[in-house]
Amino acid sequence: MATEFHNLQELRHSASLANKVFIQRDYTDGTVCKFQTKFPSELDSRIERTLFEDTVKTLNNYYAEAEKIGGQSYLEGCLACLTVYLIFLCIETRYEKVLKKISRYIQEQNEKVYAPRGLLITDPIERGMRVIEISVYEDRGSSASSSGSSTTSSSGR
Amino acid sequence: MSAVMITRKATRKWEKLPGKNTFCCDGRVMMARQKGVFYLTLFLIVGTCSLFFAFECPYLAVHLSPAIPVFAVLLFVFVIAMLLRTSFSDPGVLPRALPEEANFIEMEIEAANGNVMAGQRPPPRIRNVQINNQIVKLKYCYTCKIFRPPRASHCSICDNCVDRFDHHCPWVGNCVGKRNYRYFYLFTLSLSLLTIYIFAFNIVHVVLRSVDSGFVNTLKETPGTVLEVLVCFFTIWSVVGLTGFHTYLISLNQTTNEDIKGSWSGKNRVQNPYSHKNIFKNCCEVLCGPTFPSVLDRRGVMLEDSSSPTPSDVSAASTHKGSNPVSQTTKSSAPLIPNEHTPDEAKPSIGAGTQKSTSSPKEEKPPSPTSPNAVAPAVIKESTH
Repeated sequence: MATEFHNLQELRHSASLANKVFIQRDYTDGTVCKFQTKFPSELDSRIERTLFEDTVKTLNNYYAEAEKIGGQSYLEGCLACLTVYLIFLCIETRYEKVLKKISRYIQEQNEKVYAPRGLLITDPIERGMRVIEISVYEDRGSSASSSGSSTTSSSGR
Repeated sequence: MSAVMITRKATRKWEKLPGKNTFCCDGRVMMARQKGVFYLTLFLIVGTCSLFFAFECPYLAVHLSPAIPVFAVLLFVFVIAMLLRTSFSDPGVLPRALPEEANFIEMEIEAANGNVMAGQRPPPRIRNVQINNQIVKLKYCYTCKIFRPPRASHCSICDNCVDRFDHHCPWVGNCVGKRNYRYFYLFTLSLSLLTIYIFAFNIVHVVLRSVDSGFVNTLKETPGTVLEVLVCFFTIWSVVGLTGFHTYLISLNQTTNEDIKGSWSGKNRVQNPYSHKNIFKNCCEVLCGPTFPSVLDRRGVMLEDSSSPTPSDVSAASTHKGSNPVSQTTKSSAPLIPNEHTPDEAKPSIGAGTQKSTSSPKEEKPPSPTSPNAVAPAVIKESTH
């Protein structure tokens, strides 16, 4: 059943965790970080397919940008080598910058798209870049409280 | 308020990480448990260079050029920096699956297996993935409860799955993996250069001095030279060879682990799917690729439940709950996979050699069928779309 939540706070206070869905990595392009865009059946009734696919595709694009091997990464690598990698004490690597962008994007998606539908995305970096964890919440008022774990460790901080 | 003292001891996440690593400097430094050989490495390098600076450099700076000790210092600093960077950084450890993720994967495996007859061993846990027209098998790690990404392997010494696992190097006291491979390579390369440099200038120094005072007197005046020459001689053979080997691996975009196992040796038309088929591109990817961040949040603070007197991590956000007790039982019940599907693919467990230990022999059985069409109901085929 589609439960309406207006923001993340309301989600956390009035909902209980029902289930977690894990979007696995897509290794068909090698070891680059890319997630499968296959729509999981558990989310069928919760969110539109296109919204979900957009989120995953955008995340994949971000990761591709972070791991792109090109002029900028060579420059960064050579410069860092010349300074005996001490330069990383002062500046942020390109990957770290993109990770921050990803974190902001996920937060924004959670607020705008997922929380109103009773879902919450956890940043993949908190799961070792292995999975995108989507927590499915049910309204505490409703009787659906499946055999999912009742730990509150799902909040995607 | 109750009389219970609310102790807000900030526990960092590294304190609760499973695995056999040691951490220093409040989680900033991460190494393997056995560090004895690392201290030996450090001692040999620092000791030999000190002897060089003490005995050879004053003479050479005066008689040849002051640039000689300057360059030696730069090289020495670079070597030490690369060594410390390799030893102290996270090699690319993959965190273990949290219980929900582990259960999710278990359910997927059971769904794919279908009904296993009572008394029959369940089929091996393998996932097939197609990468660049090559079928790559992802193995399931019973300790970490994950399907290992391609090129990852479980290091039994550190008890972690490491991404792009190369080998566990006791000389640097750490695993060599995705995040620190280039530092390891630069360490061996610069150490080769340093060793050759010191060796060469030792010879030059002895020759120059012998012209003036005779060979035996020279050795008496600078006894350090003998020691240096001995150390350098043996080091050159091993380190230069190692650098050459890793240069070869880098040009083919292979890891030591894959080379030992013969994963891409060309048998059965198996090719390395990760290689760009271009030496320059391969080298650039390994040496100048992006610097991957650590996914182990070692210095993150674990939030304690402030009302409980003892710091408990049950209610903390994103805890790495020690799955060790569970993993023990899982390991013991891990199915001993019969080799019925594997004609010659099953290599004996690669536990040989202190330097190149990979997966723990106890938990790993190489079960994979050689052809993807083999009857293997457990194989969860990942279809590409």
